[in-house]
Amino acid sequence: MTSRQLSKLTGRLAFWLLVALVVVIAVFPFYYAVKTSFTPSSELFRVELWPTRATLANYLQIFGQRSFLQAIFNSVVVATSVVFIALLLGITASYALGRVRFRGRTTVLLVILGVSMFPQVAVLSGLFEVIRALNLYNNPGGLILSYTIFTLPFTVWVLTTFMRQLPMELEEAAIMDGATPWITITRVFLPLMWPAMATTGLLAFIAAWNEFLFALTFTLTDGQRTVPVAIALLSGGSAYELPWGPIMAASVVVTVPLVILVIIFQRRIVSGLTAGAVKG
Amino acid sequence: MASVSLNKINKVFGSTHIIKDVDLAIGAGEFVVFVGPSGCGKSTLLRLIAGLESISDGELAIGDRVVNELPPRERGVGMVFQSYALYPHMTVYENMAFGLKLAKTAKETVHERVMATARILQLEELLERKPKALSGGQRQRVAMGRAMAREPRILLFDEPLSNLDASLRVQMRNEIARLHKRLGSTMIYVTHDQVEAMTLADKIVVLNGGRVEQVGSPQELYQRPATKFVAGFIGSPTMNFLPARLLGADAGGCRVGAAGLAELALPHDAAAHAQGAELALGIRPEHLRLAEAPDGEGFEIVNVEYLGNEVYVYLEPKEGDTLLIQRSEAPTQWSVGQRVALAPDPEHVHLFDAHDRALPIGPARAAA
Ligand SMILES: Nc1ncnc2c1ncn2[C@@H]1O[C@H](COP(=O)(O)OP(=O)(O)O)[C@@H](O)[C@H]1O
Ligand SMILES: [Mg+2]
Repeated sequence: MTSRQLSKLTGRLAFWLLVALVVVIAVFPFYYAVKTSFTPSSELFRVELWPTRATLANYLQIFGQRSFLQAIFNSVVVATSVVFIALLLGITASYALGRVRFRGRTTVLLVILGVSMFPQVAVLSGLFEVIRALNLYNNPGGLILSYTIFTLPFTVWVLTTFMRQLPMELEEAAIMDGATPWITITRVFLPLMWPAMATTGLLAFIAAWNEFLFALTFTLTDGQRTVPVAIALLSGGSAYELPWGPIMAASVVVTVPLVILVIIFQRRIVSGLTAGAVKG
Repeated sequence: MASVSLNKINKVFGSTHIIKDVDLAIGAGEFVVFVGPSGCGKSTLLRLIAGLESISDGELAIGDRVVNELPPRERGVGMVFQSYALYPHMTVYENMAFGLKLAKTAKETVHERVMATARILQLEELLERKPKALSGGQRQRVAMGRAMAREPRILLFDEPLSNLDASLRVQMRNEIARLHKRLGSTMIYVTHDQVEAMTLADKIVVLNGGRVEQVGSPQELYQRPATKFVAGFIGSPTMNFLPARLLGADAGGCRVGAAGLAELALPHDAAAHAQGAELALGIRPEHLRLAEAPDGEGFEIVNVEYLGNEVYVYLEPKEGDTLLIQRSEAPTQWSVGQRVALAPDPEHVHLFDAHDRALPIGPARAAA
């Protein structure tokens, strides 16, 4: 009897130790960034788990820089535009791919999936030419275009699987009520697709918000940069000093909105992702 | 209210021919039921009328206008779907108002019509609810309300009661019948349940394999089925069929022999058939009369089912393995193991030829 209780207890202990280990591994880098952001630069290289003298100096410094504020603004503009465009195109495309029967529908879907497999670097130079030709170099428009290209395949796939699960009779009821395809999409399907839209929209937002390679390549001046590039290019007092404190402070500042968004949408994300997965 | 006429309607999906040369005239204000086994094309035919599927060949007219090329909203039809297909995010009121709003109806008219429809269907208490907060019967009524609110000339129903449990089905069946009397609009109703068809229809269309088997009133279909298929499909329990042979025919009728039965003199006109031709006798369970038979003769009773008000007696057939059924009012004198002779009533016997077509009643007798 007691031995059974004991083994049960050790089992539970082992489980929670494992959980603790996972949490530490996952959370520690972020914790260390937060900690560093509150540490004065003179004490940066003292190894300690808790800052002995917390300071807001790093935060004051980055918010004092006009270029950083501009970068945040640029990031917000770029990421929201990408989400908006991707969802608009994604919804209409998913209606066509999910609901309209036409020759070559599967091929189109496979091509879309194939495109999303290419690594960013592979298309970098080609995309650069496109953006130059469109006169979008050093312009948020260039980033919006390139992020949309990379976000759309995923958006279209998730929304298409979701759209296919909506009962056919619902659309036919709308047709009998005299709805055009556009009205069916906007007034009948859209309200039912919020979970999927929240999921794909949020993932598109995060991808656009964090993207670095394109942002670095397609922008030139401080006024056009997005946050990841701005952070990487933060400079210290001299050419030989990396300003770890301000970099960490900036990283925390740009991560917090994402964390908040994810917390707000988390239930929807899960239902959106599984809804696409279970029956698809 | 409008009439509908189908003229040699065909529907082909890819390489499968689903609806074959359907001719049908539906009068204004009629309640027509399409009935047939699952997969025979009932829904497809209804959807062709609604405009949800395109017609491959033939001509469809509503009123006196050919509507082959018209989209559903211009045909003036409303449809109730099997799964109801209510808009889940809209309230009952919004569900019913949606079509009216899309038709750019004036606001007051929308309100008026929705309220009037809600009154007819007793939905007034539920107008602010979402579909998920409704019971099956209530959803069913909302689905009908949505189809009715635009005051279509024709109402289409695709198996509207098949998702309800048995008692609710009977209740909704009555409500639909009363609704038809009250609105007087043309209704086309699809079901695979012959009881629904018999109870609701002014006119039943029996479909089989994409063809019309027979069109007629419930009484006509029950009393004078045109084919063996209709005879077997309409009526429950189903008609008994016995293989038979033509012994002779004259102007007054014919004589037929079947295994286990005494020679029958029937009023049917069999002049077109050769003596000795293979026929099938069709006898409804309530038209079989049983009489005691000596051992070794007649049919053996293999089961007796007591249903309270009536009794089904099952008999071992001479050929094939479908049991013969006799129906009578309870109580019964018969029990399992007894042997009985069958005495069919010649007035109520059906006769089918080798192509499953019913033989007509001879002219002499039909006139009488
Ligand atoms: N869109 C379609 N494409 C191909 N075949 C179809 C389509 N719709 C129906 N069918 C076929 O047509 C036949 C009749 O279907 P349906 O009209 O739904 O039958 P019922 O309603 O009488 O059960 C079935 O064999 C079905 O498989
Ligand atoms: Mg059907």
